[in-house]
Amino acid sequence: MKKFLTVLGAGVLATSALTGVARAGDELTITSWGGAYQDSQREAYYKPYIAAGNKITEAEYNGEVAKIKAMVEANAITWDVIDVDSATALQGCAEGALEVIDWAKLGVDKAKMLGADVSDCSVPTIVFGTVFGYDTSKLKDGPTTIADLFDLTKFPGKRGLQKNPTVNLEWALIADGVPAADVYKVLGTPEGVDRAFKKLDTIKKDVIWWEAGAQAPQLLADGQVVMTSAWNGRLQTPIDKDGKPFKIVWDHQALDWDLWAIAKGTPKMDEAYRFIAFASGAVPQAEQTKYIAYGPANADAIPNVNPKVLPSLPTAPDNLKTAWNLDTQFWADNGDQLKERFNAWLSQ
Amino acid sequence: MSLPAYATPSEKFAYYGLRVFVGLVLLFLISPILAIMPLSFNSDMFFSYPMPGFSLRWYEDFFFNPRWQSALWLSGILAILTTILSTTLGTLAALGLARGNLPFRATIMAVLISPMIVPIIISALGMFFFYAKLNLLGTLPGLVLAHTALATPFVVITVTATLSSFDRTLMRAGESLGASPSTVFFRVVMPLILPGMISGALFAFGTSFDEVIAVIFIAGPEQRTLPRQMFSGIREQISPTITAAATVLIILSTLMLVTVELLRRRSERLRGIRS
Amino acid sequence: MTSVPINSDNIMRAADGTPLKQKLAQAQRQAQLKALALIAPLFLFIVISFLVPIASMLVNAFYDPDVHNEMPQTVAAIATWDGKELPDEAVFAAFAADMKAAHKAKTSAQIGKRLNYEVPTLKSKVTVTARKLDKVEAGPWKEAVIGIDPVWGDPETWAVIKRATSSYTSFYLLNVVDLKQTADGKVVSVEDNRKIYRDILFRTLGISFMVTLLTLIMGFPVAYLLATVPQRTASILMILVLLPFWTSLLVRTTAWSILLQDGGVVSQLLHISGITWLLNALGLISGEPQLFKTRFATVLAMVHIQLPFTLLPIYSVMKTISPTYMRAARSLGAKPAYAYWRVYVPQTLPGVAAGCLLTFILCLGYYITPALVGGPADNMISGFIDIAMTQENNWGKASALGAVLLTATMILYYVYNKLIGIDRMKLG
Repeated sequence: MKKFLTVLGAGVLATSALTGVARAGDELTITSWGGAYQDSQREAYYKPYIAAGNKITEAEYNGEVAKIKAMVEANAITWDVIDVDSATALQGCAEGALEVIDWAKLGVDKAKMLGADVSDCSVPTIVFGTVFGYDTSKLKDGPTTIADLFDLTKFPGKRGLQKNPTVNLEWALIADGVPAADVYKVLGTPEGVDRAFKKLDTIKKDVIWWEAGAQAPQLLADGQVVMTSAWNGRLQTPIDKDGKPFKIVWDHQALDWDLWAIAKGTPKMDEAYRFIAFASGAVPQAEQTKYIAYGPANADAIPNVNPKVLPSLPTAPDNLKTAWNLDTQFWADNGDQLKERFNAWLSQ
Repeated sequence: MSLPAYATPSEKFAYYGLRVFVGLVLLFLISPILAIMPLSFNSDMFFSYPMPGFSLRWYEDFFFNPRWQSALWLSGILAILTTILSTTLGTLAALGLARGNLPFRATIMAVLISPMIVPIIISALGMFFFYAKLNLLGTLPGLVLAHTALATPFVVITVTATLSSFDRTLMRAGESLGASPSTVFFRVVMPLILPGMISGALFAFGTSFDEVIAVIFIAGPEQRTLPRQMFSGIREQISPTITAAATVLIILSTLMLVTVELLRRRSERLRGIRS
Repeated sequence: MTSVPINSDNIMRAADGTPLKQKLAQAQRQAQLKALALIAPLFLFIVISFLVPIASMLVNAFYDPDVHNEMPQTVAAIATWDGKELPDEAVFAAFAADMKAAHKAKTSAQIGKRLNYEVPTLKSKVTVTARKLDKVEAGPWKEAVIGIDPVWGDPETWAVIKRATSSYTSFYLLNVVDLKQTADGKVVSVEDNRKIYRDILFRTLGISFMVTLLTLIMGFPVAYLLATVPQRTASILMILVLLPFWTSLLVRTTAWSILLQDGGVVSQLLHISGITWLLNALGLISGEPQLFKTRFATVLAMVHIQLPFTLLPIYSVMKTISPTYMRAARSLGAKPAYAYWRVYVPQTLPGVAAGCLLTFILCLGYYITPALVGGPADNMISGFIDIAMTQENNWGKASALGAVLLTATMILYYVYNKLIGIDRMKLG
C-alpha cells in the first residue's frame, strides 16, 4: 500500500510540475467576446501573431467586470489581456482591476488612436453599435424605430434583448418619448429608472434574454424571436457570409468602444503590452474589417478599410443620424446598482 | 405478486392501474435519454422529428474537432486521477470507520459525507478562494484535489456498505494464522470489499466526469473539460454535437451501471447473501 | 475451567499480571487509534480543503474591512461622534485626508462601492469627491467637502460611514432577508423594488417541496411494484430506474433542453396528440405552448433527476417488509385498501422519510438545471449566489446568501442524520 501511495504521490507531483511549467510559460491568455467578433480577431490578430512565434490561449466571456475583479482580488490571474467595453474599462480602472496603460512603453501613438481617452487603463480597438435587427423573410414591413421594438401590437412575437440593463434602459426611455439627448438626465433620477423599468415591463413576458453575443443572431436564425438587439457586426456577418435575410435597424443605435485592457498585476505584463501594440497596428486593424463590420480605432487603418463594409459600419453617415454615445461614466458609476435592480426585476 | 383468481373488480383495477402508472413513470424516466440518441444521427441542424437524413457528422465533430477532443482528454485524465486519489482515501477511511466503537463516529461520518450535501455552488466558491491562496487555480492538481473532495463521499458510502456485512472473524482468523496486517488486508479484506471499492471508484469517476460548477470556478480558460464544453454549449448555442457527446456519455454510463450491477451481485454471492 | 487466574483481590488478570479490564481498555484504545489513523488522511483533507475554506468564505457575510482599512483617519475621528448633528471639522479633515489618499491609491471606488450598497448613488459621489478633493490644498474642510456635494451635509450619510467603518457588518445578512438598518439603527424592510430575496428563499423552498412531492407520488408506486414482483422482473425494471440515475446530470439537462425547445420533440408530441389544440380551445394558451425556460421545465427536469433518489430508499425498505402482515390484516377482515393504508404504508415510512429528505436537501442546492432549462424567474438561491459573485461582484452578498442556503441545508442534514443515520445512505 505504501508503495502504491508513493507511486501515486509521485504521479500527482509530476503532473503538477508539468502543468506548472505550462502556466509559467509565455502563453498569453486573451479573453474576448466569442462568436463572429472573436473569429475576426483570430484572423486579423491572433493568427499573424502566432505565426510570428508567439503563443496565445483564447478565452471567452460575456463582459462580466466582476469576473475580472474576482480574479485580480483573489490574485489568481488567468486572463492577461481582456477585450472590454468602455464602461468595464472605466469601472475596472477605478476599482483597481486593470493596469494603467503606459503609452510610452506600448510604443503606439496615442494621438492616432480614436477613443484613447475613454479610460487610463485601455487601448481602443474598434467602435461598434448596439442595434436591433429582424428577419425580412418573416417580417415584410419590418420595424424601423426603437419604439417598434417595444410595440407588441404592431409587431407581436418574442424579441431578444441582452441580459443586461445597459442600452435596454436607454432604449426603453427613448421608446417612451424621452429625447436621446436627455436620456441620462432622466435615467439619473429614481423616477427615470422606474419609468425605464415600467416600459420594459410592457414587453417583459415576450423577451428572450441573450448573454453571449453569438446568441443574438442564433435566436433570429432559429426563428425563436421576430427581432433582437445585437452588436451590429454580429448581424452583419451572417448577412455577408451566409446570405441570411437579416435587416439591421440603425435607429438610435448605441455607439461604444471595444478596448484592450490588461489585468492588474499579471505576470505576463511584457507579453501583454507586446500583443496590444501589435493589435493596434494599422495593417491588422484594416485586415479585421474583412471579417466583421466594426470601425477600426487606429486612424491610419481607416483609408484601408474593406470598401465593401463601409456602408455597414456603425460610423457610416447614414447610420449615424440618430445614433447616441453610451455614457460610460454614467454606467461606471451606476452600473452596479442598476444591474442589481435589473437582476431583481428579472426574477420577479 | 400475481392477481389471485378471486380478486374483486377494485383489486383488478388497482392491479392494472398500478402497472399502467408504473409503466408511464418508467417511460418518463427513460424516454428523454432515448429520445436524444437518434437526434445525434440527424443530418440536419435541428432537433425535431422526423429527421431528414442519417449522418455521422456530429460524431465526426465530437471525436475529431480539437476542442471536443482535448475536452474529452482532460476530463478523462482528471476523472482517473480523482478516482485513484478518492478511492484510496475513501477506502482507508471506510476501513477505519468499520472498526467498532469509535468515538464521535456519527460526527466523523457527517464530516466525511458533507461534500455530497453542501450545495455545489458554495463548495465551488469556498474552494475557489482556497485554491487561489495556494496558487492552484487553473492547474490540474487544483482540479484533482477539488474533485477528490467532491467524490470521496461516494467511495466512503459504498465501501462502508460492503463492510457493514463483512465478517470480521475472517480477519482475526488470518491474523491468528500468522499473517501480517498488510497480508490480511490484501489477501482477505481486499477481495471481499473489492466490489464495493470498484463501485465507489466508478461513482467517483462519474462524479468527476460530470462536474461542471467547481470546474467553472477553479479551472483556467484553457482547461475546458467535457461538461464545461457542454455547459457553455447549452447556455449559448446548442450545436448538435452536444447530442453526440450526450450519446457517448449515455453509453459510458450504461457500461458503468452494468459493471456495478454485476459487481454487486458477485459481492452478495461472495458474502453469502441470497436474495 | 480454571484457566483464568483469579487472585485473592478477585480481579481478573492477563498473563502478564495486569488487570484484564485495563488490558482490554488498552487493546481497545489501540484499535481506536488505528481506526483514527486510517480515517485521519481523508478527515484532515476534507476539513482543511473543504470545510475551512467554506467557513472562511462565509465570514465575508459579516466581515468587510474595506472601509475600515481604506479610511484609517476617518475611522479614528468619527469614533467619538454622537450621530445627531453633523460631525465636526476634525472628522471632515480626516475624511478629506483619507479621500486624497484613496484617490491616489485608486481605492476610492472601492470605498464608494461599499457605501453605495446602503445609499445608492454614493459610489459616484465618493469618486468625484475624492477626485475634486485631491486638488484642494487647505481647509476649512467642512465647507470644502459639502461644497463638492450636498450629500456630505446630511447626517444620515455620516451614520452610514460610521457604521461602515466597523469591520463587522450586519448589512449583508439583513440584505438577503430584504431588511436594512436605518441611520438610527432601526431594522426595516427595504424598498419594494429591491425586495426579492425572501421571494427567492420561498421560491427555492417551494420548488424543492414540489419536486419532492412529485418524486414521492411517482416513485412510491414504482418502488412498490419493484418490491413485490418476482426478482427477475424487478431486476429488469430496476435497470430502467438506475440508468437515468447513472447518466450524467448534465446529459439529462441537455436532453431536456433539447426536447423542450420551441418546436422541439415535446411540443411536436403535444401538437400531434391534440393537447396543444385542447389548451388553445380552453383558452389557457394561444399558439404553441412555451415550455423551454419556464418553471414547468425546471420542475420537470428536476423531478426526472431526483426521482431515483426518492425511490431507492423506499424500495430498500419495502423489500424488507414481510407480506405476512398484510395477509394477517386481510385474514382479520380488513379490506385491501384499508389493510394497505393502515398496515403496509406505515411500515414504509422510514424509507419515505429518507428518500424525501434526501431529495429535498439536494433540491435546495440546485443550480445547473434551473440555469439551463428555467427562465430568469426560476433561478433558485444558488443561481443568485452565482449572480452576486460573477455579475455584481458583491462577495458579501454572495456569502450571506450562501450562509442562508447552507444553514437550511445543514439543519435538514442534521435531521436526516438523527432520523435515518448517514451510514444507512445507499447508492444504487
